[in-house]
Amino acid sequence: MRADLEIIQEWIPKNSRVLDLGCGHGDLLAYLQKNKAVKGYGLEIDPDNINHCLQQGINVIQQNLNQGLANFATQSFDVVVMTQAIQAVHYPDKLLQEMLRVGKTCIITFPNFGHWRCRLYLSIKGRMPVSKFMPYTWYNTPNIHFCTFKDFEALTKQLDAKVLQRLAVDSQHHNSSLARLWPNLMSEIGIYQLTSNH
Amino acid sequence: MTISFPKDSVGLVIPQTMAFNEPLMLVCGKELAAGYQITYETYGILNPECNNAILICHALSGNHHAAGYHSYEDRKPGWWDNYIGPNKPIDTNRFFVVSLNNLGGCNGSTGPTSINPKTGKVYGASFPIVTVEDWVHSQARLADSLGIKQWAAVIGGSLGGMQAIQWAITYPDRLRHCIAIASAPKLSAQNIAFNEVARQAIVSDPDFFDGNFTEHNTVPKHGLGLARMVGHITYLSDDAMGQKFGRDLKNEKLNYDIYNVEFQVESYLRYQGEEFSGRFDANTYLLMTKALDYFDPASKHQGDLAKTLSEVTANFYLISFTTDWRFSPARSKEIVDALIAADKNVSYIEVDAPQGHDAFLIKIPRYQEALTTYLQRIAI
Repeated sequence: MRADLEIIQEWIPKNSRVLDLGCGHGDLLAYLQKNKAVKGYGLEIDPDNINHCLQQGINVIQQNLNQGLANFATQSFDVVVMTQAIQAVHYPDKLLQEMLRVGKTCIITFPNFGHWRCRLYLSIKGRMPVSKFMPYTWYNTPNIHFCTFKDFEALTKQLDAKVLQRLAVDSQHHNSSLARLWPNLMSEIGIYQLTSNH
Repeated sequence: MTISFPKDSVGLVIPQTMAFNEPLMLVCGKELAAGYQITYETYGILNPECNNAILICHALSGNHHAAGYHSYEDRKPGWWDNYIGPNKPIDTNRFFVVSLNNLGGCNGSTGPTSINPKTGKVYGASFPIVTVEDWVHSQARLADSLGIKQWAAVIGGSLGGMQAIQWAITYPDRLRHCIAIASAPKLSAQNIAFNEVARQAIVSDPDFFDGNFTEHNTVPKHGLGLARMVGHITYLSDDAMGQKFGRDLKNEKLNYDIYNVEFQVESYLRYQGEEFSGRFDANTYLLMTKALDYFDPASKHQGDLAKTLSEVTANFYLISFTTDWRFSPARSKEIVDALIAADKNVSYIEVDAPQGHDAFLIKIPRYQEALTTYLQRIAI
């Protein structure tokens, strides 16, 4: 399983009801279903990914996250998860607000654009960073809303959400001492657990 | 020359008929007398555990002949031959497939064209109204007779999908998977309106004789053809019709003639209507459209679909098609949302297809793959 999913699964209690937004191949849900008796649904839009999910035997619903989560009742899931997808949606703020409404807690992971390599690339080359981790050029990327840790946390404040846990990790998903010291500079991925203050 | 069927065809099939000794109490309050019959076909082999059976429910004008050929001279295979056969999505190497003609039909099962044992005359208009629930009960009796306690899956498109959903509600323990394609939890007013136009076309045909046309040695062909034309328009998308016919003319120029065919699409519709009215029974068409109109399982729970589905145990799989405006993706999503609210297992895909409602019958790679993948995960 992907390293970030390995970390996330520890934050998800047994027997909980999980909604996974942009669930990809459905690895997280398949694992949770098997090992934690979790009841879950994955939302996905890519037909190939959906087919993988069907193979894994998980519940997958074809749904475009840009159309919101209006079809889900308020506080109807224990955990709403979204890994590496918030930067690819049209209105990250609206979707985050919806996640906080639907889920009792939310887990979100995203690439940190404040990482020193990004900063260096942009400042020296003067071009949008392209790396192994973010391999797209500006015109063909699915990622349209990059943010840094600071940006994300400012948004959580604005949405009146409480950060329950935060983990700043490198691309190997290691939580190094440098990343702990200067998360916005030294870590490549943020893993946040949030809840609504409402 | 040896005549052979395609390799992935179930080949030559022979319809079978089963008679039932118990009368069937119907939702409308009437009773179908003992001795009523159901005509069905089977493909594949029932395994010793009897856990590999799949029931295929047909749509409005369908019947038991879902796959294979009735003779070597048959030009066309069964209506869902694209999806049923060896190595096809509904793989007859793995599954034992049962398809039947619903009660009230006109293809072998007891219906308006059958003889009423009480009167010795053709039922005609006196055949009682049958509902989706009645069909499900009658299908359960057929399953009993075939030794099938639990279906691996009940699958249907359109009105067939409604039957699959009703199965999950009425007999939660008797199916493991419910696959409803291009379906809806109930008809919209627009859907009912189309059905009403179709029915009015039939009943206003001077040859209809209040449904007792057999006694008058007539057939309301004109009305039935019209009904089919209306239906046919709604089964296709604007794009599909546009691509197929555009504004192409039958002859080279316009004739400024109201009565004769000028556009290709007119010619096509007339042909479809004519062909259909020669093989389908008008009373059956009325009954089937009524069954569609009446279907509304949530009405028993004040319209609360999630509550209606609270007792189901089957895993649901719903498929819709982007250009289907008769049973649009939004209608399938109503069922999906209700199932999620009821905390049930459900998967849903929306297939990008230009063909409209009829897409559920057509070979579409994405749809084939999605159905194949899901059926492969069914344990037997």
